[in-house]
Amino acid sequence: MTDPTTEIVEQCRVLYEDLSFTAVKQWKERTGGRAVGFMPVYAPRELIHAAGMLPVGIMGGGENLEIIKGDAYFQSYICHIPRSTIELGVTGRLDCLDGMLFPAICDVIRNLSGMWQMLFKDKLVRYLDFPQEFTAGIGGAFYRHELEGLLQQLSALSKVTVTPERLRQSIALYNENRRVIAKLYDTRAKTPEKVPTYELYLVMRASNVLPVEEHTALVERYLAAAAKRDRKPLDNARVVVTGAFCEQPPIALIRALEASGCYVVDDDWVLGARYLLGDVKLGDDPLTELANAYLGDTVETASRYEPRRKKGAFLIDSVKKYGAEGVVFCAPSFCDPALLERPMLVEALNKAGVPHTSFNYAENTSQYHVFKEQTGTFADSIKLWGAA
Amino acid sequence: MDAYVGIDLGSTTTKAVFLDEHEKLLGFGITNSRSDYDIACQIAREEAEINSRFAILRRELRSQVAGDGHEQLIAWLFQKYRLAQHSRQLEALAQACRKAVDLLPNAAHRPPTHAVLDQILTEMEREAVGLFTPGAVARSDFFRDVAASSFLHLAEKKAGDDAKLLDRLIGTYDKSILQVEAKSYTNAFADYIRFAADAVRRMPEFEAHGEAITRAVANTIAIEFRVLNTIGTGYGRQRLPFPKEQIRSEILCHGLGAHFMFPKTRTVLDIGGQDTKAIQVDENGIVTNFQMNDRCAAGCGRYLGYIADEMNVGLHELGPLAMKSRKQVKINSTCTVFAGAELRERLALGERREDMLAGLHRAIILRAMSLLARSGGVVSEFTFTGGVAKNQAATDALRKLIAENYGEMTINISPDSIFTGAIGAALFAKRDRKGDLIGVDLKALQKPVKPTAQEQR
Amino acid sequence: MLLQKKMIAGHFDRLANTAKTGEKAVYTFVPGNLNELIWAFDLLPVHPEINALQSAMRKQSGDYVLEAEKAGHSEDVCTYVKSDIGMMRKGNIGPTGQRLPEPSLLLLSYTGCFTFMKWFELLKQEYNCPVVMLHVPYQADGRITPEMRKYVVKQLKEVVIPKLEEISGKKYDEDKLRAMLASSARSEDDLVAVWDAAKQKPSPIDAYFGGVYYIGPIFTAFRGTKECESYYRTLRAEVEQRAKQGLGPVTPDGKVHQEKYRLVVEGPPNWTSFREFWEMFYAEGAVCVSSTYTRVGGLYEQGFRHDPEHPLESLADYCMGCYTNRNLPSRVDLIAKQIEDFQADGFVVNSIKSCNSFSAGQLLMMKEIEKRTGRAGGFIESDLVDPRYFSAANIKNRLESYFQMLEARS
Repeated sequence: MTDPTTEIVEQCRVLYEDLSFTAVKQWKERTGGRAVGFMPVYAPRELIHAAGMLPVGIMGGGENLEIIKGDAYFQSYICHIPRSTIELGVTGRLDCLDGMLFPAICDVIRNLSGMWQMLFKDKLVRYLDFPQEFTAGIGGAFYRHELEGLLQQLSALSKVTVTPERLRQSIALYNENRRVIAKLYDTRAKTPEKVPTYELYLVMRASNVLPVEEHTALVERYLAAAAKRDRKPLDNARVVVTGAFCEQPPIALIRALEASGCYVVDDDWVLGARYLLGDVKLGDDPLTELANAYLGDTVETASRYEPRRKKGAFLIDSVKKYGAEGVVFCAPSFCDPALLERPMLVEALNKAGVPHTSFNYAENTSQYHVFKEQTGTFADSIKLWGAA
Repeated sequence: MDAYVGIDLGSTTTKAVFLDEHEKLLGFGITNSRSDYDIACQIAREEAEINSRFAILRRELRSQVAGDGHEQLIAWLFQKYRLAQHSRQLEALAQACRKAVDLLPNAAHRPPTHAVLDQILTEMEREAVGLFTPGAVARSDFFRDVAASSFLHLAEKKAGDDAKLLDRLIGTYDKSILQVEAKSYTNAFADYIRFAADAVRRMPEFEAHGEAITRAVANTIAIEFRVLNTIGTGYGRQRLPFPKEQIRSEILCHGLGAHFMFPKTRTVLDIGGQDTKAIQVDENGIVTNFQMNDRCAAGCGRYLGYIADEMNVGLHELGPLAMKSRKQVKINSTCTVFAGAELRERLALGERREDMLAGLHRAIILRAMSLLARSGGVVSEFTFTGGVAKNQAATDALRKLIAENYGEMTINISPDSIFTGAIGAALFAKRDRKGDLIGVDLKALQKPVKPTAQEQR
Repeated sequence: MLLQKKMIAGHFDRLANTAKTGEKAVYTFVPGNLNELIWAFDLLPVHPEINALQSAMRKQSGDYVLEAEKAGHSEDVCTYVKSDIGMMRKGNIGPTGQRLPEPSLLLLSYTGCFTFMKWFELLKQEYNCPVVMLHVPYQADGRITPEMRKYVVKQLKEVVIPKLEEISGKKYDEDKLRAMLASSARSEDDLVAVWDAAKQKPSPIDAYFGGVYYIGPIFTAFRGTKECESYYRTLRAEVEQRAKQGLGPVTPDGKVHQEKYRLVVEGPPNWTSFREFWEMFYAEGAVCVSSTYTRVGGLYEQGFRHDPEHPLESLADYCMGCYTNRNLPSRVDLIAKQIEDFQADGFVVNSIKSCNSFSAGQLLMMKEIEKRTGRAGGFIESDLVDPRYFSAANIKNRLESYFQMLEARS
């Protein structure tokens, strides 16, 4: 009997590996619409969608892109994702994008927005300055204005007038997408033997290039197919993986993590698709609703200031919610936010008595042996403690 | 004869070049760099002078010997000259070794060690004659390498199963070679060439040319080089005993040297042992922009040396092995620390060594491509220099990437590219000559070496 | 110089005595800081970046960085942060050998550097003290919009000032603030005159290595104070005098060297080998006639002045106007203009491992500036306070090559 998920995962794998963004080009040809790229962590994709364009998540070049030109732009102590992103850009692979959005993640991505302004003068380039002040009257007002400006630019690009109704429809579609993704994550945590993480990851990555409606349907199909699997759970260690919110780990690394005896029950990869934890309300002023959603119930991540709760509270909640037995920090080399966050999370985990281990990678890392040894030992030790 | 000298003190080799009043090359010299920079510098300079004299000798002989006969003749003269020089170093080595054995802490060890040492040294002397013949494949141009390989080979043979004796012999050699290396044995041109001339005149095939040889040799010896200015450059240039005005950055020297060798050069790439340089020059060879690798030596010649060690093959075998690759493997790490781990892991996974090596060469060239891009790109003509330019797998990867990224263009690689920096320095010496520098030279370095007993005979 | 030393010593004495005097310390960052506002509440500002660089100049930062790495910090991240954490763990002894008070408040003025946020989050965990965030929007399109200004002012009014009132127990006194801002503007006028003096040939100042001393008071705890005003009045008079006499800059050797190359420098200096680094320039006759690092706290030459008539608005503009809060095209414009205005022969980029805010994108900026000005850029790499990342031989080699290239090209 063939594995019921094979076909879907294969489709996602093809999308993942296609660094020419054929799916985007085809969509543009088919619909005559335009496409706008966005970098990781979070972007209000609803606005792009409402303006009749395809939002395209750009998460670097991954393990399969050879860097020929990108290294000329960055010193050796800067992380890998901007090199591969520049490589994609200057080799024309991103020509299919009519604009590019750079969320406020860190100094490197912020400066990358300026580089983009210099290199691609004929494209829409916009830096998304998210508020770090979270009251409606201050940060909310500022952010609503940011969103309004962005929407004007997008609308000018696509020549589509975005009515509140239109934007509400887009928000509704993304709400639905966030709900199926939440279900996908819950299902994995409940039955990790049926939803291998590398499959989940590929399904998530497909959200970067597929129209939201198609992606929602794809997740549903995947969940239905995975449910048909008849597999027994292994005695693996249940872990939450954190630190990889921007530059993504190579697939092989994810597979190595699983093969070493870990079930990943939560992670922060392709975070933008799950950044908002609840539905965005479909109120009278959708921009205000989007702003409120950003200010309110979201994930905690290193690039977002958290004024209220203690550092690491969100991570510990996730450990509890998903019944994890440990945490694997898996952060890109030279990633200031992730690596500076790490000691604080470690302290929080130590206080909570949650075991952890940590590892650095680059998106094009091609050695997994040490990593596998390390996570394998970690999984074994968790099992030993657990038994004791 | 007036001459201008350029010296390039590199991390592995030290090079010197002599240039005449018309900016024509007179000769090159090279030696291995060593802890005593002054000696390395002196020897390279003397080698360059010898090389210049041989060029003159060749011209003399060509005018005096009909047909192609002079080529064979000069080849023999050169080999016999090398033999004379080698013998003198061997003599010094023998003396040093004997002294070292006399100082062995355990007196009982001395006589048996002496006995074996004598056998080895006699054998080495005998072997030497065979080493210096035209067409013989030289294991190395440097005495240290030639002597070490003979000595170790013979010591192993003679010591047999006596591991302790072998240890003593090797210890003796290690101490002694340092003393030999601390002196110059090159500055006795007249002595060596007379020895060579005598030997060659006695050879039946050159009997007819006896007089021509004597005349040509005498004319060559009579030439005196008046060095009007010397400029030093290279990695270790700050340690040269020169006034500041006589030191130039290797970037400038490389640019000018490349322009001298290939006047249409606009972009120069140099991959040496310690660093990689991408240089743009104008139509006069003046540097307009440059970039060097960042502070780690990843992607430089040193990296290849490390990989060779890691794979347990010789440095010179890497290129040929990589040429046998059948598929391209992408190596992501040019960090010397990580590359080793990546290599071992992939070999363990069954990747072919040849394919891995091809990937490594490409990785090095990709780093160089980044530096080229940062310095302003690649403009025809493009000249590639440095030790890595001798490695065909590297040059092939470079040609391919240049063509893909900058279009087809002329790529110059000179077999003498190792002298690029020294040539540039010599050109600066000629062009920068200021009255007050005349006569400022390596006087302090010219410590004469006493002739050995064999030569006095 | 002596004046500055006295000012600093006085400030650290005051900090060391807080236990007795009951004065409270507010930790905050240098770029676009709110010095006048802090003083208006009679609170004492402390700048951890300055402590870190001072530790480096006293050769202590290496140990501090190692201490932080031992505590779990990555080798990859900002060494200002690590030096500060290390210093704290080793007893929080400040640059004058006196113990620094613990912060009563961390004023997280989030300007031009994302690492600031992580830094104070880390300190918050250590000190368990209140933090107030002032989010300063980035000039992504090279300008300050009214909404950006409104956002910052609102935060000042509704978040920062109430917090300062709470901590200090004092009411916000706008007149006191206005008086300080008026004083700041006078110092700023004088500083701009000092920078302008470098347009003369030879330049009477080194506007990078010397410049970091000139920005000391105005970018740290003194802007808005009488001492600061008198410092800049004196400095300006001295510099103008040197200019009149046709003298070159003062160097640590005291010698005035022939001005052979006029340079603009982008990027912060290295602090662990500051003097050795400077010598590599002045020994070759290279004079820095302008620099971007000296604009890191705030940028005055384009006309900005603290404005007593619009106190909070001008504080907001000051925050948003500092160098690293400007987008890359604006930074390129600024450097290209400095090269023209100061008739520089070239520019040098000191790329700092710790500081992505400065460094990410510098290679592209270089290309663009070269294209625009026709002057070649020199490129060197070092770090702020990590002595492991200062390779003197490597930097010297590059600088020499660069200077010789300038000479050969001229």
